[in-house]
Amino acid sequence: MKQNGRFGQFGGFYVPEVLIPALEEMETAFYKFYKNEKFVKELDTLYKDYAGRPTPLYYATRFSELVGFKVYIKREDLLHGGAHKVNNCLGQGLLAKYMGKTKLIAETGAGQHGLATSMIGALFGMNTKIFMGAIDIERQSVNVHKMRLCGAEVISVKGGTETLKDAINEALRYWTANVADTFYLFGTACGPHPYPVIVRHFQSCIGTESRQQCLEKIGKLPDIVTACVGGGSNAIGIFSAFLEDKKVKLVGVEPAGKGIETGKHAAPLNAGNVGILHGTKMYLMQNKEGQILDTESVSAGLDYPGVGPEHCYLKDTGRANYVAMKDEDVLKIFDIFTKCEGILPALESSHSLAWVYNQKGKLPKDTTVVVNLSGRGDKDVDIVERNKIK
Amino acid sequence: MRTYKQVFTELKHPALIPFFVIGDPDFDTSLEIVKAAIDAGADVLELGIAFSDPIADGPTIQKANIRALSAGITVERAKEFIAKVKAYKDIPIGLLMYYNLIFQYGTEKFFADFAKAGTNSVLIADLSIDDVDEIYEPSRKAGLDTVFMVTPNTEIERAKKIAEKCTGFIYTVSLLGVTGGRDTLSDMIKPLISRLKSITDVPVCVGFGVSTPQHAVELAKAGADGVIIGSRIVKIIEDNLSDKAVIAKEVMKFIKEVKAALS
Repeated sequence: MKQNGRFGQFGGFYVPEVLIPALEEMETAFYKFYKNEKFVKELDTLYKDYAGRPTPLYYATRFSELVGFKVYIKREDLLHGGAHKVNNCLGQGLLAKYMGKTKLIAETGAGQHGLATSMIGALFGMNTKIFMGAIDIERQSVNVHKMRLCGAEVISVKGGTETLKDAINEALRYWTANVADTFYLFGTACGPHPYPVIVRHFQSCIGTESRQQCLEKIGKLPDIVTACVGGGSNAIGIFSAFLEDKKVKLVGVEPAGKGIETGKHAAPLNAGNVGILHGTKMYLMQNKEGQILDTESVSAGLDYPGVGPEHCYLKDTGRANYVAMKDEDVLKIFDIFTKCEGILPALESSHSLAWVYNQKGKLPKDTTVVVNLSGRGDKDVDIVERNKIK
Repeated sequence: MRTYKQVFTELKHPALIPFFVIGDPDFDTSLEIVKAAIDAGADVLELGIAFSDPIADGPTIQKANIRALSAGITVERAKEFIAKVKAYKDIPIGLLMYYNLIFQYGTEKFFADFAKAGTNSVLIADLSIDDVDEIYEPSRKAGLDTVFMVTPNTEIERAKKIAEKCTGFIYTVSLLGVTGGRDTLSDMIKPLISRLKSITDVPVCVGFGVSTPQHAVELAKAGADGVIIGSRIVKIIEDNLSDKAVIAKEVMKFIKEVKAALS
């Protein structure tokens, strides 16, 4: 490997030997192409004409009135596929194409990354397999159907918690046996180097656009930028452009599930400790011995025991703050925000909206907050309904 | 304590190295099975400490990990297990495990404590030669041998680097993939053994997909210094869970067959 892929003590590439050549190949290809004029032009065209970039920065009038300060929404939910995931998938998919790969695999929790990978597999004519936990298949059936319509094979992962963690385990196992011709399109800014760097790069368009739009629309940078954090790709995407703007407060929102105190959550930055899983050193939900704990969140996309290494570093250096919101607050805000703005936020994104709502009465009225609305909530309406019935 | 060097020097045939997950299906049965394997002629033992997310393992060993964890195995109890095996017979023991368990225990303390319990080496499935500095000194300081993996897609220069850091043996993975029984040996393994033999004198032991006495014989002919059989043996445990008394007998029978084929 050319670089060690570290963010302070976090990151690295803790993988079986068989995967090292594939990661080296990917690292070499990324640094060869990511600034290559032809590659950049092709990707920009795809971002614009296929995905629908730039996405608007929308001033949420009624929601702002409700909370008592100014809330701007970065509309990643308007992208093709309904989530920010398409940014990374177009980038990595194009990289795979430039590398001459013909097969894609991916893991998915909520199905948004699986759907985006399936779309890109169809777009580039690649054979695509999506690994998904059996429980997630059940709770995100609409996305599963869409993936299949795009021509992808959805592989149900049984065993373990049957969620995202196990889907990643299984995808890694499959990859070890098929490294020669298969590109593993990793979905979040986590996993072994070079994935955290690659995913951050392909998601940085969110931050770059947001920063520019703030300057144009508000005439200054925002006071706070907030995003939900599972693996952390949408958050690192928007944070990346503001890291040097020390006055801009960065807030990542993890899923507190049933409550941090119950142990039934997926908030490693708030309640985990440092460990190694899926190729990277990061904050992890684990027991004293290092066995990985089951996680719980109403939002399948955030239901993961670890978090991207750069977020771990930003937490430790104090550049970003990480908080956690409970399922009940998330479901409540889903309803409030939808009725306020006529926009269905994904349950993932509802975590950051819930934190914003929680600041009601705590922030001066001229405070400007940018929320990265990472995806739309159409996929979650059944979950919301089921929880209402309960 | 008997060393790998003694085994590889004294044996007239490749070392037979069965793999077990410590505590599968439970502590006591597991100990009986391992003792039976020793009695049947195992030359070296490869033992796994169960991890919740074993990404280098196929379904058979994954299930064994779950069984062991469900039966209450812990890192502390694994240490106890090794000491009990060592008290039964002085046979070299290599651990095969995942890094997070060592990291949480405390790397230096782990190597020191497990060396004291009777371990000869610790192979970490998710730690490559690139991060050797994280474990090399603690490992050597504890008096342990080092073992790293080479796979069929490891380039020759990298294989040389790995060989330089292996004092015990090179764990040579026979195929591209995870652990698991296979009907036939991968056609990648014989050229890989030849390549390794041309660059190093460190013993070459082959694992992953080695499932039958015939496979062992083929590997012996190809120049392997040891054969590691995991999933095939772990499957015997899985297939006989309804009658635990039978497991040790069946494992013994299989190991004797492989031993006879190798001798």
